[in-house]
Amino acid sequence: MNSLYYQKKLSRNVGDKFFTSLSVFCALIAILPLIFVVTYILIKGGSQITPELFILEPNPPGDDLDAGGINPALIGTLVITTIASIISIPVGVGGGIYLAEYSNGGPFSKFIRFGVNVLAGVPSIIAGVFIYALIVSTKILFGSMYSGLAGGMALSILMLPTVIKTTDEGLKLVPNELRYASLGIGASMYTTILKITLPTAFRSIATGVVLGIARAAGETAPLIFTALFSYYYIVSFEDLFYEMGSLAVLIYNFALEPYDAQNKLAWAASFILVISILTVNIFSRILAAFTEKTKRV
Amino acid sequence: MEEKLTLFKNRKRFGIEKNIDLIFKNTTLTLSSLVAIVLFGIILVVFFQSFESFSRYGLKFLVTSEWNPVKDEYGAFTAIYGTLVTSLLSLLITIPLGVGTAIFITEDFVPKFVREIVGSFVELLAAIPSVVLGLWAIFVMEPFFREFFVFLHKFFGWIPLFSSEPAGRNSLLAIIILVVMLLPIVTSIARDSLNQVPKKLRNASYGIGASRWKTIFSVILPAALSGIMAGVLLALGRAMGETMAVTMIIGNSNAFSWSLLSPGYTISSMLANQFGEADGSQVSSLFYAAFVLMILSLVVNIFAQWLVKKFSLKY
Repeated sequence: MNSLYYQKKLSRNVGDKFFTSLSVFCALIAILPLIFVVTYILIKGGSQITPELFILEPNPPGDDLDAGGINPALIGTLVITTIASIISIPVGVGGGIYLAEYSNGGPFSKFIRFGVNVLAGVPSIIAGVFIYALIVSTKILFGSMYSGLAGGMALSILMLPTVIKTTDEGLKLVPNELRYASLGIGASMYTTILKITLPTAFRSIATGVVLGIARAAGETAPLIFTALFSYYYIVSFEDLFYEMGSLAVLIYNFALEPYDAQNKLAWAASFILVISILTVNIFSRILAAFTEKTKRV
Repeated sequence: MEEKLTLFKNRKRFGIEKNIDLIFKNTTLTLSSLVAIVLFGIILVVFFQSFESFSRYGLKFLVTSEWNPVKDEYGAFTAIYGTLVTSLLSLLITIPLGVGTAIFITEDFVPKFVREIVGSFVELLAAIPSVVLGLWAIFVMEPFFREFFVFLHKFFGWIPLFSSEPAGRNSLLAIIILVVMLLPIVTSIARDSLNQVPKKLRNASYGIGASRWKTIFSVILPAALSGIMAGVLLALGRAMGETMAVTMIIGNSNAFSWSLLSPGYTISSMLANQFGEADGSQVSSLFYAAFVLMILSLVVNIFAQWLVKKFSLKY
């Protein structure tokens, strides 16, 4: 009779309780780092935010108490990420179009998809090493060595797999009926792709690309010996061919300085970097969830 | 009516339009081949740059730990050992944590919105740049663990892994920060593969009287195993190549030590540290180390992809 009721002390029920609490414990540990990191950045970085931060140059590390601002690094990050986007978005979207629209799952497209996955797994520092060997040490870019341009190229290698993958997957989600309809009324293949399929998949591709850009903006390893670092304002187009600072490298350099003023600047830069990256991430997540709900059947 | 029909009949596709179509197709083809070109370019360039060092030291480079630019003696054993130890140990901690979290997210212990919040928190953790985690590790995590490391050395000092006095920056801290970075990867891939297990399997297991965790351990986890394994391998590749946070916290010392409490080195942190100032044969040796790192991560990645293809769920 008893066996019809839930018995707390049965070993299977005790075991279930144990493992359930273990899994809850795991989940708690998993979310702790984000909460700690974000809280510390909000407190330590947020308190450093002043208007001067955005307009001044950083002072070279030394005994002076005033560390200055992060203007060159902020602009540098924008410039380098823009260069990386200019290179990787056309190449990635174009390559993705070929994979999704033209290839019929033959060996070539299989090979390229495999290559995209492998390239995505290449350590980011290797991209830096590659660009160093190809561009920095050979001075191939009009005799300049370390430059913002080289940094942007290194970042573009990291962005490329993300862009190709999101384009490929975004285009594959477009229903074939749209393509048939367009081809059926006599549109050529490229008109169909440019006017029908790409616009339909635009939102999912854009989300993926924006997330890729946000990821690239925080990358440091490819920049430390391609773009290097600079303390000076970026004023003209020619500055592209010289050393260029970025928020990520600024955090790396100044975190390792023994001076408190520089460390504080690193926290302030982290604040700006993390807040922008998290905003982009949360925003695109909400947008994606919204699209999911309103999607036409 | 008659006029319209003839008009329709005369509409043929112009030669120029056909050409544009062909050009467009070939452009996209070229762009997609660029991926392969870049990939082979990376492998070839790093290989050729390391050739000088490779021909001089050969495979001895992998097993000696002398790194002396003055005497021109190079060996990357400390860095290779550090790379393998930090990535494998961090993975060992991450697997149970990540899979446990993934189970929490896919089971219904708590209402759905709580699980979704936990899920997106873990994924947002992946968006935090590595260099910021390094900064956090230096100023927040290191002081937090300092006492604990002293305790660890005092009571478990007889284990070789904890045999040295805890240094301010050491390999164990690098392992902990790697756990933080790998957790989102393992969790999200494990969650996806757990979600793909058909509901039928779960119901069948419940139907013959298995408890919830008996079902998870005997039915659901085995069914999702291949996906989880692939995720683990991807995380391993990521851990081996991870640079910034590790460089900032591992202490960067080429002196070999078994102890995790002493400063260490990984290949990527060695590259980050020395590449800027290196010249002469040191550059070539660094390229050699980079080549070793690349081969390690390529092997792990390709194996992960093969695993996914071979054992992908077929229901």
